[in-house]
Amino acid sequence: MAADESFIAIRNLSKHFGSVKAVDDISFNIRRGEFFSLLGPSGCGKTTLLRILAGFEIPTKGDVLIDGQDMTTVPPHLRPTNMVFQSYAIFPHLDVKQNIAYGLRKTGISKEETERTVNEALEMIKLPGYGNRRADQLSGGQRQRIALARALVCKPKVLLLDEPLGALDKKLREEMQLELRQLQRSVGITFVFVTHDQEEALTMSDRIAVMSRGKVLQIETSSRLYEAPNCREVADFIGTMNFIDGSVAGSENGYAVIDAGPLGSLRAPNAERPFERNRRVTLAVRPEKLRIETAPPGDGTNSVAGKLGAQSYLGDRSHFYVEVPGMTKRIAVASQNATRNLDITDSGDRPVWVSWPVESGVLLPGE
Amino acid sequence: MVSVAEKTLVQPTGGLRRRFMTLLYRSEGVRGYALLLPTLLVMIAMLVVPLGTLALQSFWTQIYFKLDHSFTLNNYLQIFDFKQNPIYLVLLFRSIIMSLMVTFFVVITAYPMAYFLAFKVQRHKLVWLILITVPFWTSYLLRVFAWKIILGFQGVINSGLISLGLIDQPLEFLLYNQTSVVITLTHAWAAFAILPIYVSLEKIDRSLLEAATDLGDTPRERFWRVTFPLSMPGVVAAGLLVFIPTVGDYVTPNVVGGTSGIMIGNIIQSLFGKANNAPLGSAVSIVMMAAITLLVCAFLMLIGRRRWKHAET
Ligand SMILES: Nc1ncnc2c1ncn2[C@@H]1O[C@H](COP(=O)(O)OP(=O)(O)OP(=O)(O)O)[C@@H](O)[C@H]1O
Ligand SMILES: [Mg+2]
Repeated sequence: MAADESFIAIRNLSKHFGSVKAVDDISFNIRRGEFFSLLGPSGCGKTTLLRILAGFEIPTKGDVLIDGQDMTTVPPHLRPTNMVFQSYAIFPHLDVKQNIAYGLRKTGISKEETERTVNEALEMIKLPGYGNRRADQLSGGQRQRIALARALVCKPKVLLLDEPLGALDKKLREEMQLELRQLQRSVGITFVFVTHDQEEALTMSDRIAVMSRGKVLQIETSSRLYEAPNCREVADFIGTMNFIDGSVAGSENGYAVIDAGPLGSLRAPNAERPFERNRRVTLAVRPEKLRIETAPPGDGTNSVAGKLGAQSYLGDRSHFYVEVPGMTKRIAVASQNATRNLDITDSGDRPVWVSWPVESGVLLPGE
Repeated sequence: MVSVAEKTLVQPTGGLRRRFMTLLYRSEGVRGYALLLPTLLVMIAMLVVPLGTLALQSFWTQIYFKLDHSFTLNNYLQIFDFKQNPIYLVLLFRSIIMSLMVTFFVVITAYPMAYFLAFKVQRHKLVWLILITVPFWTSYLLRVFAWKIILGFQGVINSGLISLGLIDQPLEFLLYNQTSVVITLTHAWAAFAILPIYVSLEKIDRSLLEAATDLGDTPRERFWRVTFPLSMPGVVAAGLLVFIPTVGDYVTPNVVGGTSGIMIGNIIQSLFGKANNAPLGSAVSIVMMAAITLLVCAFLMLIGRRRWKHAET
């Protein structure tokens, strides 16, 4: 039994397909009982990493340990992992019961016990009485649950899920997200969940690994990932983010003073990973942390002046895009309509000011 | 279809033609039959009419060089009179057994090839497919004769074994019996069986195979629990494709079968030819067709029943 911290240990793992480095020298641990998500854009190597854990791909380099046992050379049918495939892979020649019982034959339990386990599983996925249906008589959501039940009855140490909700419509997907999360809590099995939908990852996961081009950029909890991304790529991938380039000019009251060129001097917290003087940095701020006003704000906050470029009304909130001289991209501002200063909308060509509290900014390494 | 409608609109005269065009435009069914018409005509001319003639003829009698057109069941009585003329039923039975053997051997030789093609060949599948069919570009007769050369008394196998000193006398069981017919027919039909099996294997979603492995199956278990059941439609199609035409084959038994290897087709051929008894030949043909139809229907019902039962329980 390995420590709970490194229940799944991934050590210097690489997988190359010809010249493509699908997984590029990755090392990290997944905790026991954790809901762990792999998040990243298409083609970043999420599926490949998951398939290495399942045993379907043999890594070019590196090792995988599950519960202290080296899995690198163990074939997939002997691993303590089970997978929920993106296409669900429900056997079309078997009915629902036979599908769920498929992996139980190996465990050598009696017929009655198999029957009972399958019925329990059908209860769990809220499909009692569906046992005799065939695969082609099921909806997408039902197939998804059956694939889940089929994997879970095998009592794996790790359940691997490759975008299991990708094929469902938005409403069903949100329902299934909650259900899946509850299920994971109740069975206590370690879930490794692949998704390219950041919202999904944020709502479901204990921790998220953000991947890009075969590398893991950051592993954090949802809120930390959102509030304190460690690089521009992560910040850009999770939610919307405004970026202001500059360099560290000095420090003042524990904050870094950033020389942002035409935007003047701005302040930002610099405690987490302190940047020295003259380092190129990027100041990142979320749109919802920004305030937009028709008059210059007072002291104690960062502010930049610009012109309202475009806006969109979304019912509960509005989005504004402010053109700032010296910046190539417009600054995005999201404000709640309940609290918003309504005269912005018809400001015409008058200048507007965008401001934010110093603590809301995040300093990232510059490019 | 729009243009047809416009035409009918601007042509107020020619009521019948217009009515027909409107019908064609309106009714899915009529359009379907119109499309089917050429094929239907060919089928009627080439299949239904000859079959009808055959059936009709089987109730006549041949008296030397003349045909007696009065209706009689004598031909059929003669076929089913096992005590007097066992030859027809024996040959029919033997032909069916031999065809079943051929079908079995064809399927088990074609299956690995189809499997290889579907799962192991990554690139240039078309080239492989063409390569597999290359031997079948030569005529059927030539291939049958080639087997005669291979299996013959002084053929490739015998002379080879003799020159190797493994045997002194040529092996006689190789040619002119049922074995040689089964071997030759198996080879002749293998390529036709590969295609349907290949298609059914190719269609299998690869993630199903991975799912089976993931759920603990060894490769062998996976084959019997997932791959094989899912390729059944192809196997059944291949089996029917081979079984139906081989029952009535007469070329292969004629060339490599000798006296012990003859099949029902040879009898039919001689009844129409040398024996000059077309009515009896027709009756034997009809009986053979009926037997095949019955067997195939029984088989398909068996499969259908199993599926149906499966879906119910
Ligand atoms: N069998 C393979 N042969 C060659 N290249 C492959 C293979 N599998 C994956 N790749 C490549 O490896 C890279 C990572 O692929 P992977 O499927 O892991 O991406 P992903 O993150 O799952 O993307 P998506 O979100 O689109 O599913 C891609 O560039 C892909 O083209
Ligand atoms: Mg993927």
